[in-house]
Amino acid sequence: MNWHGIKAIYKFEMARTRRTLFQSIVSPVISTSLYFVVFGAAIGSRITEIDGVSYGSFIVPGLIMLSLLTESISNASFGIYFPKFSGTIYELLSAPVSVVEVVVGYVGAAATKSVILGGIILATANFFVDVQILHPYWMFLFLVLTALTFSLFGFILGVWADNWEKLAIVPTLVITPLTFLGGSFYSISMLPPVWQTVTLFNPVVYLISGFRWSFYENADVAVGLSVMMTCGFLLVCIVAVWWIFKTGYRLRV
Amino acid sequence: MSGESPVLQVENLNKIYDDGFEALKDINLEIKEGEIFALLGPNGAGKTTLINIICGIVNASSGRVLVNGYDHVTDFRRTRSLIGLVPQELTTETFESVLATLAFSRGLFGKPPDAAYLEKVLKSLSLWNKKDNVIMTLSGGMKRRVLIAKALAHEPRVLFLDEPTAGVDVELRQDMWQVVRELRASGVTVILTTHYIEEAEQMADRIGVINHGELVLVQEKARLMRELGKKQLILYLDDPLPEIPRQLDAFDLQMGSDPDELIYSYDSQANSTGITALLNELRQAGIHFSDLKTKQSSLEEIFVDLVKRIR
Ligand SMILES: Nc1ncnc2c1ncn2[C@@H]1O[C@H](COP(=O)(O)OP(=O)(O)OP(=O)(O)O)[C@@H](O)[C@H]1O
Ligand SMILES: [Mg+2]
Repeated sequence: MNWHGIKAIYKFEMARTRRTLFQSIVSPVISTSLYFVVFGAAIGSRITEIDGVSYGSFIVPGLIMLSLLTESISNASFGIYFPKFSGTIYELLSAPVSVVEVVVGYVGAAATKSVILGGIILATANFFVDVQILHPYWMFLFLVLTALTFSLFGFILGVWADNWEKLAIVPTLVITPLTFLGGSFYSISMLPPVWQTVTLFNPVVYLISGFRWSFYENADVAVGLSVMMTCGFLLVCIVAVWWIFKTGYRLRV
Repeated sequence: MSGESPVLQVENLNKIYDDGFEALKDINLEIKEGEIFALLGPNGAGKTTLINIICGIVNASSGRVLVNGYDHVTDFRRTRSLIGLVPQELTTETFESVLATLAFSRGLFGKPPDAAYLEKVLKSLSLWNKKDNVIMTLSGGMKRRVLIAKALAHEPRVLFLDEPTAGVDVELRQDMWQVVRELRASGVTVILTTHYIEEAEQMADRIGVINHGELVLVQEKARLMRELGKKQLILYLDDPLPEIPRQLDAFDLQMGSDPDELIYSYDSQANSTGITALLNELRQAGIHFSDLKTKQSSLEEIFVDLVKRIR
């Protein structure tokens, strides 16, 4: 195992984050505050409670998930796409690092950033509403697993994309809608039965539901199912990454 | 040269790109440890493709590459940690500092941090006073230096320089050749490509010529120049000749750029150069000369000749 190699990649990626520290902290704080103003104040005055939790508190886990997903993807995808775009990837390809080491370095750094981001949003939310965390360990586990899974997904996206448009289109066209429709801001049980069934095909539902359960013990689907689905995605992404490097897909010509 | 054992073996290497283009055709090559090998060839000949395959950036279509006896695919950790590459294109990080990018390269290649060594590398490339500069703010030539420093950061035993002197000023060129000489003195093998043939002539122990994906020639430089290089005898005549007399036809003489120059080309390897006979004939024809000199064709002339002949 090339530990120095992993460390070099991880440090490089974290340094990139540090250079944009202001933006990394300020933008989630601002957007979270905006959500609370718009959703919490405007909608919260009509929907006071969902399943015994005040609306403002209810949306916190969904808000964190929303940022976690988009940030993990954009961070990890950019991390590997940019060297491809600028040509510096030659060094990575010519270095004695294996698939595992490259992925641990890039995805580890992206996931770390996402987890930190989750913490920042949580702290900001705490400033606006009461946040309870009934199962902190589970909460952390969901946070880490989701950050890892979507960082891996972002990594795959970054490898696959051969222009900036492709890089941007998946988060906007796929991930954001799935998150909004996945119960970030409402309970699935509030939907008509047909839509409830349709919604169950949305993988993000399971992530948000499990995550929210760790806060307030209310869930749209069984927690066990949420854990299984989360691990399932992680596995799918791991297999995809393994295949990418085994075949040299889009990295080596 | 520190040894004769091959540090690099390329066997039956082929490369067909996805679009069906055959960039390399059955390349066989052995590089000895500690030598400087110059790979010459016109644009698009396949030099970069060959180097990129050896370094692991491009996949070969068939054939194999051994570095120090280890296969470069199955034993990539061993082979790649021995190799350093300065790519042809100027591709550097943008926002990193010079020192940080070197530390990154070293770590990536599995070496523990060594500030003293990196300092030495930076100093040898006159980059030490720029160590904290963000790479984006450096000039093109300095970025080239950074690329060389990065390639040396992990103390490679084999260094590939893919056109290191393209667009580089005299000073950097001299710095670079100084570095190459020092590397060679410490036993590092250097494989370079260049379009400046006088560089190959000065630096290389052996020369390989690649054309349309085929390795058409591999030869000791000295021998190549002796065998393929023609010698010329230039005579400076007392009186310019209106034309070359018929009785000298057998010597295939040529007029020089000045009318008082007469040029005789001969093969220095042949048993008889024909010089004595020529001088006799000249005296009989009553042609007098005040001075003479001999000149050996440069590698450049040999190269141009060779590529023309292959076409
Ligand atoms: N990714 C690719 N896909 C298809 N063809 C390619 C690719 N890369 C290179 N080629 C072709 O392979 C041939 C050899 O290219 P290569 O870059 O190895 O040449 P070179 O000898 O390094 O040339 P130069 O002196 O210009 O650097 C060229 O005809 C080039 O167009
Ligand atoms: Mg080239």
